[in-house]
Order: sequence, then structure tokens, then C-alpha cells
Amino acid sequence: MKSRERILKRLHERRGAALPMPELDFSVLTEGRNWSNAEKLDRFQETIESVHGEVHRAPADQWLDTLVAILKARNARNLLTPRRHSLGKTIRESGRSDLPTLLSYDQPIEAWQPALFNDVDAAITSTRGAIAETGSLILWPGPDEPRLMSLAPPIHIALLEADCIFATFPEALTAQGWGSAMPTNALLVSGPSKTADIEQTLAYGVHGPKELIVIVVGASAA
Amino acid sequence: MTQVSEADHSPVKSFHPRAREALKNDQLRGNFRNAMDGLMGKRTKAFAGWDLEALRQLGAGVRQRSLARLPDLLLQLESRLTDNGIQVHWAEDGDEACRIIRDICVERDAKRVIKGKSMVSEEMELNHYLEEHGIEALESDLGEYIVQMAGETPSHIIMPAIHKNTEEISELLHNKTGTERSHDVNYLTASARQQLREKFMQADVGISGVNFAVAETGTLCLVENEGNGRMTTTVPPCHIAVTGIEKVVATLDEMAPLLALLTRSATGQHLTTYFNMISRPRQPDELDGPEAVHLVLVDNGRSGIYQDDELIDTLRCIRCGACMNHCPVYTRVGGHAYGTTYPGPIGSILMPHLLGLDETRHLPTASSLCGACGEVCPVKIPIPDLLVRLRRESVDGDKLHASGVQGHGSKRSRGEALIWHGWQWLHERPGLYRFAMAMATRLRVLQPSRAGAWSRSRTTPKLASKTLHQRVGERARTTEATSRPVSGGEL
Repeated sequence: MKSRERILKRLHERRGAALPMPELDFSVLTEGRNWSNAEKLDRFQETIESVHGEVHRAPADQWLDTLVAILKARNARNLLTPRRHSLGKTIRESGRSDLPTLLSYDQPIEAWQPALFNDVDAAITSTRGAIAETGSLILWPGPDEPRLMSLAPPIHIALLEADCIFATFPEALTAQGWGSAMPTNALLVSGPSKTADIEQTLAYGVHGPKELIVIVVGASAA
Repeated sequence: MTQVSEADHSPVKSFHPRAREALKNDQLRGNFRNAMDGLMGKRTKAFAGWDLEALRQLGAGVRQRSLARLPDLLLQLESRLTDNGIQVHWAEDGDEACRIIRDICVERDAKRVIKGKSMVSEEMELNHYLEEHGIEALESDLGEYIVQMAGETPSHIIMPAIHKNTEEISELLHNKTGTERSHDVNYLTASARQQLREKFMQADVGISGVNFAVAETGTLCLVENEGNGRMTTTVPPCHIAVTGIEKVVATLDEMAPLLALLTRSATGQHLTTYFNMISRPRQPDELDGPEAVHLVLVDNGRSGIYQDDELIDTLRCIRCGACMNHCPVYTRVGGHAYGTTYPGPIGSILMPHLLGLDETRHLPTASSLCGACGEVCPVKIPIPDLLVRLRRESVDGDKLHASGVQGHGSKRSRGEALIWHGWQWLHERPGLYRFAMAMATRLRVLQPSRAGAWSRSRTTPKLASKTLHQRVGERARTTEATSRPVSGGEL
């Protein structure tokens, strides 16, 4: 008999009393969180800022200005953009001269790993929304926005639609139907990469981005 | 590269000498005190505004339901993962799990492995095994990286290098990697980032643990702050995840409360920086991610614990470490004193099953039974009750109800058993009992001033001048004389 069968046999033929199957009451996860859109945005911002995330609010037609200002302030030499997502197109087709060199993740990682790891200053990705309670961005990396876009460069800029913020993670799971459509990789990102492994002192950018900057689109500046 | 530390060699049995050494080490005690105080405070803050009891009840319920359906959920998980293109392997024990991983490496001609944090792999002593078979295994979690470089083992399951201070880490990094000596944590962290980025690019295989495995969707969930877990599961062409068989949950909905409890209980975070959910290897149209993903399901004693109606609660554990953060014993002696993969209260109820009570006989007694661990446990494991149960098992002499715990009765001493038998014999004979007690009080001047281990740090208890029976008798007489009503029969 193989290990698999032996393990399963022991579990199936368990001695002792029948195991309890308690009824579950999930209300504690969502109760008292009927926040308005404005409240959700405020709470999201407050929570992600408390862990060193940066939030900029921009009207729908002005987020490009915000992006340029963010990149300028950091002297970014280049920006990695999605190929197909409209945000990538908007940036590329803007014709602005104050943007840094625009890059695309258009070849398999094996072909340009050292360049991605060492030479890309910033990347911008879309998001599938955010979670107010935990200050988290929802990212589903895929062919257009591969996983390393939000991980390898030292600056990750994420575009968030203001009306796409959920109160809690369970609410997002239900509203977006995750259970029947899990992607290859799904992520919740709550701040820049960090560690407290050296004597509990916080340090940012240990493996992933040192900075996480969220541009909330469609929100009037606070 | 991995050196096996002294902690690995000195048997778990020698808990006492290690604990004594640790208690004398002021710096170690300071490190732990500060860290644990910080973690306790952050946890309290993170749960502010929550109905914590209801949340813990939900967490416990989810874990109970997972365990009640464990074999079926594992089969469902296997089938979903297989459909998704993730290969599933089953291992009876740590050695078999190590062999499975080695075989995957050999088949891929992999020489370099990069690891994300995984307590199961510590349990299996995977790094050591791979090194012996000519495969370099490098830890990438900063704490684990430091601990591995020092040739040590983690002293805390969430914060592996908590026993070291900046000075020691600076010196270690300087000696091993040539960085400048510095107390600037940002500089030290940035150096490690640079060194490890090279290693990620060179690695042939990435190995990670799993926090939750969701059966419904075939999803492996990983919780982390650094991003090394995402690197490990994204950059190398092959990802191997290892997990204990108990980590499975039925649905995403049932996973959510465990996630809410885990990060808040562990580090007081509403959520860690990254929550990484992996359901498939790289798809043909994707540009990064591993082309092959494996999951190794490790039993290693868990199906044995599963048989017992009380001890099964141990398997609810989601490895948050809150029990150690709140344990007065752990905070004082630190993780290494236990000499086990999992230290602290959870280690004391888990390790006896993994190593046998013979080897771990002192762990269930390394507790004051203050109850803090049970109070903070996010899935309501009755840790103090299980400690008492294992204490009983360790001196077990009950041949009628033989215990399933390996090594039970190993702490039983003939002398002690004889004394208890004598005590019982005496209590069954009231006349003789009164006589013996009366004699003992009269001869109390002969009582030795020391009582062995008991009086090493306590005052020796002294026999009273009168027995309880004598006192009660006297009191009854006085009461009668003053004709006060006698209150109650409980005396």
C-alpha cells in the first residue's frame, strides 16, 4: 500500500467519537461595516497609510498628472506598463514628454530577468479593487500584468477605481465570485514589502517594492 | 552551508540545563521580553472593536469542520489541484517528504533551492537533508537567512531570529557576506536584498510552506510580509509547496475568518503585506511564474493525533505563535531552550506526538498552567487541558486504558508510584490515618529543612503543629461552649 492510501485509511478509519460539525456564524466578519463609499475610501487610505503605503486621490481625467508628479519626485528613469490594459494605452498614447522611458513586460521573464530585477525603477498596474477594512489592494496578475510587475521594481504604483472598494475580504470574495473563477495567482497587497526580523525594527523593500503608491481614480482630492 | 547547531544535537530531554542557561542570559531575556511585550500589545490593538469571542468561536468551528471531513477534503484538494495542473504527493513522515523533494530536484537536475519560510520543512530537517544530497538550500526570509547563516534553528515560529540583536546580526553578516559592520537596519536589509536577488535568479527550485490549502478551488494560500514568499513561488521554474495534512479548509469563505485571526494574532497586523493565492502553474500565455508546481502533503504523526478525541484539538493550530508570545515560560527561556521545531505551549502539546513522550517528557511540565495560551488561541485549542492530559500520559500506568501516545509512561518512577500507593492505602484506613497524622505533627521537629527540587526556589513547607482533624475538633468544642450556631457541614 502506498503512503497516500495508508494515510487516508488511518483518517477514514478513525477510532473514537464522531467529530463535531458546528454550525458557522460568519456575521462577525461583516457586521457593523455598512460603510458608504466615502467611508470605505477613507478607511482604506487610513489603513494602508498606517503601514507605509501612499495614497493620492485624482479626478478621472487627471490621474496622469498625478502619475507624472510621483515619478518626477522620485527621479524614476523608466516605468513598466501593462501592454493591453487601457491604463497602459492611456499612458503610451498621452504623448507627454515629461514621462520617463516607458517599458513593456512583453517577453517571458527568462529573457530579461536581470534587467527587470536591476534596471526597472517603477511599475504601474491596475487593480481589481480594494478592501477598506484591511487596507489591501486586490491584484490578479496575468498575461498582461505578470506577477513580477508588482514585486521586482522598487516602486509599485497601483491604479484603483474609487467606486471599487469593498468593506471586507469576504464581501469581495462574494461580489467578484472568486470561488468559481480562481486565477493562476491572486494577491492581496497591503503596503510595501517589509521586515521586522532584525530586532523588530521595521525596514521596507526587503525583497519587493520599497514604495507602494496608490492612485485612487475618480475621487476628488481630499 | 547549513551547519547543524548544538540545539539539534542536544536531546530535547535536556530541557532543564538549557532553560537554566537561558535564564542566566540577560541579553536573551531582554530581547524576548521586548519582543513579546510588543507583540502582545499589537495583537490587542488589532482586535480592538472586534467581537473577539465570536471570531474565535468561528475560527474554532471552521477548524473543527475541516478536521471532521479531513480525508474527504484532502481528496477533494488533490483532485482540484491535479485538475489545475499541480502535482500532489503524500508523505508518511519527514524522511519520505524529503525524499520526494529530492527526487523532484534530481529529475529536474536542480542544484540550487531557494526557500520561503516553512515550519514543516524545519520539522523535516529538509535543508540538512538536501545539503547531504548535494543540493544547496538557501533560506530567503530575512530571519531564516540570518538563523541559517549562524548555523542555528529558529527560536520563534514567526520571528525566527528574535533571539539576536542588531549588533550580533551586523557582525554575522559582516563575517559571512562581507557587508560593512553597521547598526543601520535599513543598510543591513538592503544588503540582504541584493544578495538574495542574485540567489532567486540562480535558483532551480523554490520551496515554500502553505498557510491554508483550499479544497473547493485547489488553492495554496501563503501569508507573508517580505515578498520572499512571492519571489520563491514565482521566479524559479519549479515551485514545491510542503504542508501538514491538517492545513486544508473546505472553501474560500471558510478560509477568510482564519486569515482574519492569523495575522492579527501573530503580529497584530490587519493583514500581512502579501496574501498570495496560487491555483495553477504558469499558463501558456503567461510570462512569469513556475512551469511546474508540486504540493507535498506530510503526515508525520498527524494521523496518529487524529485518532484521539481530546488530542485531535492540537490539529486545529494555524501556527500564529500567539501562545508563545503570551507564555510566561517561553518569554523567559526563549525558543531554543525547548530544543524542538515548535517551541512554547503549542510545541509542548505537538512535539510529544512527533518525537514521542519519552524524548519530550519535560515539555508538558514546562508550563505554570496559567491559562494565557488557551485564552489567546485564535482557534480555541484548550492548550492547558492538553498539557495536563500529556502530563498524565507521561506517568501513565493504566494498563486497562492503554494510551495511544508514543512513549507514554516514560516519566513514571517506581518510587513515586509507590509513595502514591502508600498514600492511597493510608487514606483507606481512617484510624491508621489519624494516628499517622498525629505522629507526624508531634515529630515535626525531625522534618528536613530542605525538600529537594521543591525548595530550590521556594520555602520548604512545614508540618503544622496540629492536624486538621484536631483543629476542627477544637473549633467545634469552642463553638459549642459559646453556643454559636455551627455554620455549614463543609468542614
